[in-house]
Amino acid sequence: MIRRFLVLLVAVVLLAPVNGFAVQPDEVLDDPLLETRARAISHNLRCLVCQNQSIDDSDAELARDLRLLVRERLVAGDSDTDVINYIVARYGEFVLLRPVFALHTVLLWIAAPVFLLIGLVVVILGARRKRATAAAASDPKLTAEERKALERLAKD
Amino acid sequence: MIIELGHFAFVLAFALALAQTVAGFAFWQRGGAASHFVQQAAIMQFVLVGLAFAALVQAFMVSDFSVRLVYEHSHSIQPTLYKFTSVWGNHEGSMLLFVLTLALFGAGLAAFSRNLPDDLRTLVLSTQGLMVAAFSAFVLFTSNPFWRADPAPMDGTELNPILQDIGLAIHPPLLYLGYVGFSICFSFAVAALISGRIDAAWARWVRPWTLASWAFLTLGIAMGSYWAYYELGWGGWWFWDPVENASFMPWLAGTAMLHSAIVMEKRNALKIWTVFLAIITFSLSLLGTFLVRSGILTSVHSFASDPTRGTVILAMLAAFVGGAFLLFALRASALRSGGLFAPISREGALILNNLFLSAATAGVLVGTLYPLVLEALTGARITVGAPFFDVTFGALMVPLLLLIPFGPFLAWKRSDLVAVTQRLIGAIVATLVVTIIVFALMGFPVSLAPIGLGIGFWVMFGAIAEIADKGAIGRASLAQNWSRLKGLPRSVWSTAIAHFGVGVTVIGIVCATAFQTEIVTSMRQGESVEIAGYTVHYDGERLVEGPNYMAEQGAFRVTTPWNTTRGITSERRVYAVSRMPTTEAGINTYGFTQMYIQFGERFGAEGRVVRLWYKPYVLLIWLGSLIMAGAGFLSLTDRRMRIGAPQSARRKQSEPAQ
Repeated sequence: MIRRFLVLLVAVVLLAPVNGFAVQPDEVLDDPLLETRARAISHNLRCLVCQNQSIDDSDAELARDLRLLVRERLVAGDSDTDVINYIVARYGEFVLLRPVFALHTVLLWIAAPVFLLIGLVVVILGARRKRATAAAASDPKLTAEERKALERLAKD
Repeated sequence: MIIELGHFAFVLAFALALAQTVAGFAFWQRGGAASHFVQQAAIMQFVLVGLAFAALVQAFMVSDFSVRLVYEHSHSIQPTLYKFTSVWGNHEGSMLLFVLTLALFGAGLAAFSRNLPDDLRTLVLSTQGLMVAAFSAFVLFTSNPFWRADPAPMDGTELNPILQDIGLAIHPPLLYLGYVGFSICFSFAVAALISGRIDAAWARWVRPWTLASWAFLTLGIAMGSYWAYYELGWGGWWFWDPVENASFMPWLAGTAMLHSAIVMEKRNALKIWTVFLAIITFSLSLLGTFLVRSGILTSVHSFASDPTRGTVILAMLAAFVGGAFLLFALRASALRSGGLFAPISREGALILNNLFLSAATAGVLVGTLYPLVLEALTGARITVGAPFFDVTFGALMVPLLLLIPFGPFLAWKRSDLVAVTQRLIGAIVATLVVTIIVFALMGFPVSLAPIGLGIGFWVMFGAIAEIADKGAIGRASLAQNWSRLKGLPRSVWSTAIAHFGVGVTVIGIVCATAFQTEIVTSMRQGESVEIAGYTVHYDGERLVEGPNYMAEQGAFRVTTPWNTTRGITSERRVYAVSRMPTTEAGINTYGFTQMYIQFGERFGAEGRVVRLWYKPYVLLIWLGSLIMAGAGFLSLTDRRMRIGAPQSARRKQSEPAQ
């Protein structure tokens, strides 16, 4: 009884035609060069109804539509940028997995490098200050010879 | 009845944690009875939470559907293993596991801290107790796993089929041991700030806990990555998914802390920074918990989220992190930092390491939260996805990786870059030779891949060179080499091994990214397809019945270029209760290389959509992580971890410490 139910279930769920799976063989373009470009573009476009998946990986209907659209535009002779602009004009910036560099994303793009730079500056200034305090605190009455001897020792 | 006992034990644990916190903070300077009480409370608390957890496990194992959580996340026909893992395959259960791990680390500290001064131990345990109390309250009042359902339903509603995998048995517990393990470092930091005791000895006491947490987190992340790779079915292994980032940020910060603590331990410098990192690392763990549990970010992990609970976690996050930083602001200036050092020195190298790792952490943090903040402020919706992180994170990692081999060769205080480069000359030559050979084999392409491989080899060879140098290989007799290598502290070995593991992972990443081949095609029974020299023959499909699912199974035979043939099956399953379809990739392993087959839906009259990936050396990604984690555990067995007092015995050895 359970077995028959399960078989039925497989028939209903798996065989239903709506359940697509990522890139389909019938989507692939004949021209391998165009297809490579299409795949590269798809990797950077987000499937709008999925959770953080590119349309290249997604099995959603909408992702399939977008993949077909990308290929349609490429076949029509659009450049990669044209295609992306076309998709963004229709679906908004949200589809770009790699955000544009613009005023509202400038903080995003420069966050890590700026952090690194600030860190470097802080470290260098800190080290200098420490050196200065240490030098001031050390005995100033050393002779030139003693100082040289000290330096030699520090080098070892 | 058992579940009520578990519930009761958990309430007791909550009360005990409160008592421990209050008593500890009130009497930490007194020692004696208060100190004993706090220690015993921490151990007893773990026993009680353990009992509560066991009660829940029992309910799941016997499929007691009168417990609401069991009804919602399990089913009587689920295999035994998945009945067990269902315990934490949901929000309530996983929060209970969270508290159990918090209590485990508290009890561990109480049991293994003979070397610790009473006041410090009491403060650490009180802070840990406060966290146990807060999270127990969260579990009891907002996510109680012990509620009954009345009347009891006949059967359950099944664990999410994607989670019905051995991965759920391994990934979350390991991840929690790492993630939550950093709580003890956090407690140590708070204790240090309160007591003002913060010196090289403190760094040594924290070190084993940092190491253990870091090693577990490494394993947990690697396991999660491998699980996603074979389960989600499109062969990716890292998606820069917000939840992945949530576990990756504590790892990055924890790695930085691991390195800065060395400076603190050996040179009594970087003290403020190390304490700061200890706070940051666990704060990032808490932030991750908030992001995952609140469902504020969309992700593949949002199987169990609830926005209202998110608010409570956010409040706790704010309280703990805010409290710790307030304490930090008040007390940090009182900390005097020690030893001077030149820019070119071991200290300088470790600071550079910390700069890159913290910039990377900050980059991942900003990237993860930016879309949320931007939408809240301006209403604009953007996506920050994998291509962004690949570029920004990669750019920070390249210089760091290039610098790794230099670090261990630099002397403390002041070092000579030219001399160090000379000692690394063997590794430099080997790297160049191997990189040029790879370039030539590939036919000198315009590609970054050989350079990426070169970086990986550089890190590996650098690690080997370090050991060779310390063992005086080529400069002394074999017997001397052997005795030197035997005499090396295990921490030196583990540094080299961990760095070697980093190189291995880098090579795996580059190979799997640059050299993988993918074919999407439709196949009919009896047809073959060629991929990267391998021939994949499709033998046909059949219907198979699992314990709680039915599957269409495609059978394939893979013939390698060296003419061996091995079968492989790939499935499309439907789970009986939830009626959810999943896919099970078919994977054959050849050395470190994998053939990955995804059995798709029907195509035309008799065809099947089949996706095939040839993934050369992909296993190195996780093998490298295993090596890193193994090195972490090896370092735990180092002499100075076993013996609390500064090593007087070591000085007697002929070799002077560097």
